[in-house]
Amino acid sequence: MSELALTLIRLAFLGLLWLFVLLTIFVLRRDLRQPAETRPTGRARPVKAPKPAKVARQAKVRGTKLVVTEGPLTGTVIPLNTAQVTIGRAPDSTVVIEDDYASSRHARVYPAEGAWVVEDLGSTNGTWIDRTRITTPTVLPVGAPLRVGRTTLQLQR
Amino acid sequence: MSLTDPQSVRRQPSRRGAELLLLICAWALGVLGTLQIGWATGEGTPGRLWVTVAVVGALALVMHLVVRWKARYADPILLPVATLLTILGLVMIYRIDVAAAQRAERNNAPPPTPDVYAQLTWFAIAVVLFVAALILVKDHRRLQRYTYSFGLLGLFLLVLPLAPIIGTTVNGATLWVRIGGLSFQPAEVAKILLTLFFAGYLVVKRDSLALVRTKFLGLGFPQVRDLGPLVIAWAVSLGVLVFERDLGTSLLFFGLFITMLYIATQRRSWLILGSIFFAIGAYLAYQLFEHVHNRVTVWLDPWTYADTTGYQIVQSLYGFANGGIMGAGLGQGFPNFVPFANTDFIVAAIGEELGLTGMFALLLLYAVLIERGLRAAVSVRDSFGQLLAAGLSITLALQVFVIVGGVTRLIPLTGLTTPFLSYGGSSLVANWVIIALLIRISDRARRPDIQHFDADDALTQVVRRV
Repeated sequence: MSELALTLIRLAFLGLLWLFVLLTIFVLRRDLRQPAETRPTGRARPVKAPKPAKVARQAKVRGTKLVVTEGPLTGTVIPLNTAQVTIGRAPDSTVVIEDDYASSRHARVYPAEGAWVVEDLGSTNGTWIDRTRITTPTVLPVGAPLRVGRTTLQLQR
Repeated sequence: MSLTDPQSVRRQPSRRGAELLLLICAWALGVLGTLQIGWATGEGTPGRLWVTVAVVGALALVMHLVVRWKARYADPILLPVATLLTILGLVMIYRIDVAAAQRAERNNAPPPTPDVYAQLTWFAIAVVLFVAALILVKDHRRLQRYTYSFGLLGLFLLVLPLAPIIGTTVNGATLWVRIGGLSFQPAEVAKILLTLFFAGYLVVKRDSLALVRTKFLGLGFPQVRDLGPLVIAWAVSLGVLVFERDLGTSLLFFGLFITMLYIATQRRSWLILGSIFFAIGAYLAYQLFEHVHNRVTVWLDPWTYADTTGYQIVQSLYGFANGGIMGAGLGQGFPNFVPFANTDFIVAAIGEELGLTGMFALLLLYAVLIERGLRAAVSVRDSFGQLLAAGLSITLALQVFVIVGGVTRLIPLTGLTTPFLSYGGSSLVANWVIIALLIRISDRARRPDIQHFDADDALTQVVRRV
């Protein structure tokens, strides 16, 4: 085998080795972007906040489940029956969220007058329905984003 | 409407295609490397080459299919990178075999037995264990139940080489256990078991270990009675050092325990305490043990001892120098000038034949592998899994640092195997089991599972707070 051919093979080997490294990094990069796109609230499919008029009408309709749409528990479905649901970092909460921005006992969702009501339990960073921080027990409209720390939940029918 | 449909949440791609592509690329690298060695050394393409290549390809494919079947959402990088490292190891071992055979021929000595086929057999065993680990460990959280059993078994394996009859001393280190014709290093398996134990133990005990009693220099230090585990870990690693004369393993265990303690409690004071303990241990070892003393002297000035104790490291440095930026080319260097070129010093052989370019690629591969392990640790939800994945990745990281640092004379040389590359069955098998566990954890971390909560048995169903 000639010297030239061997040099070429040598360079080809190093080239292929680096190609592998670059491919790996390419996969990594796509991988980092992927979850954001699949998240329903991600760039690809922006969430439209329900119009206030619609909220008022929907408020009378009882939801049957809470769905986590954002945060570490994304995709989790919490069926609602008659019991209250507590949200927080405390291990005995119904929905335990691992989030430094959430308090141990952050909020609770309980049924009242044919609707689901959210009450903030004195959390540090507050409980938000859409863009509004709630200070008193507030009716949770179907479809509105309920934000606790970095987690977003949604009441669904 | 996307917003109300939980189904839309689950469309996390599994990325198995990317994994297959990378695996094929790794396999092609192995074929090219072997061919290059054949041509460059004038050995041609031996008949067994195609069989070997086919076997390696089949083993990689089996692992890929098992991951597809058992851990669909696992990280797509872990498997191909580990496979490429193993393949590079096989190629380099083959290269050193060829060099040894040619040297024997020149000296009219009987040809030495090639190591590459033994390594290939070990790779096959590693694949079997990899598959078994993925099938048996359906959920890594189950491993937490056996915390103390793992700990005891790990300690038992660690002291096993000291047992009479079966324990064997090779090159001054009592590391091997020989039963019949088979010998293995129990410390490699103990490494995994003790990581499992540390993870399980720290999950339970971390709160008390994180307690701050005394403040000193602006850092909170734990209570004295919580120092117990630290002292025990220190004593065990020193014991390994004293009785088995194994510097590398002892360093690995101590480093592993300190880092896991730090990750579990998030207290920097553990790192500081650990460094102090390490300094004391290192100073004592330096004063008391001749082999430690030797290593440090050689590290500081290898050229004085170039013909005796420093021969190995000096040859390794010559190798790196000969390699230069682009390397001498596979089959064109002199890797067998370094004693133990295919175990401890395989990195020197790679540095010579692939050069700085190849070394950087190699270290990047390790970095990517470790980063993916730590990524799995960050994204998995249960704290046992987090600690386990972090601990396993750190084992790999420490091992690479200790051996590559030693071979390049950044730190004193300690005998440790280079993960996946070095010739040696126990190390290869243990590291593949680590990859299997990391794949299992990353699968759990990335799986877009829809869990159904029920308010009634929420206590058992909810994901525990970390």
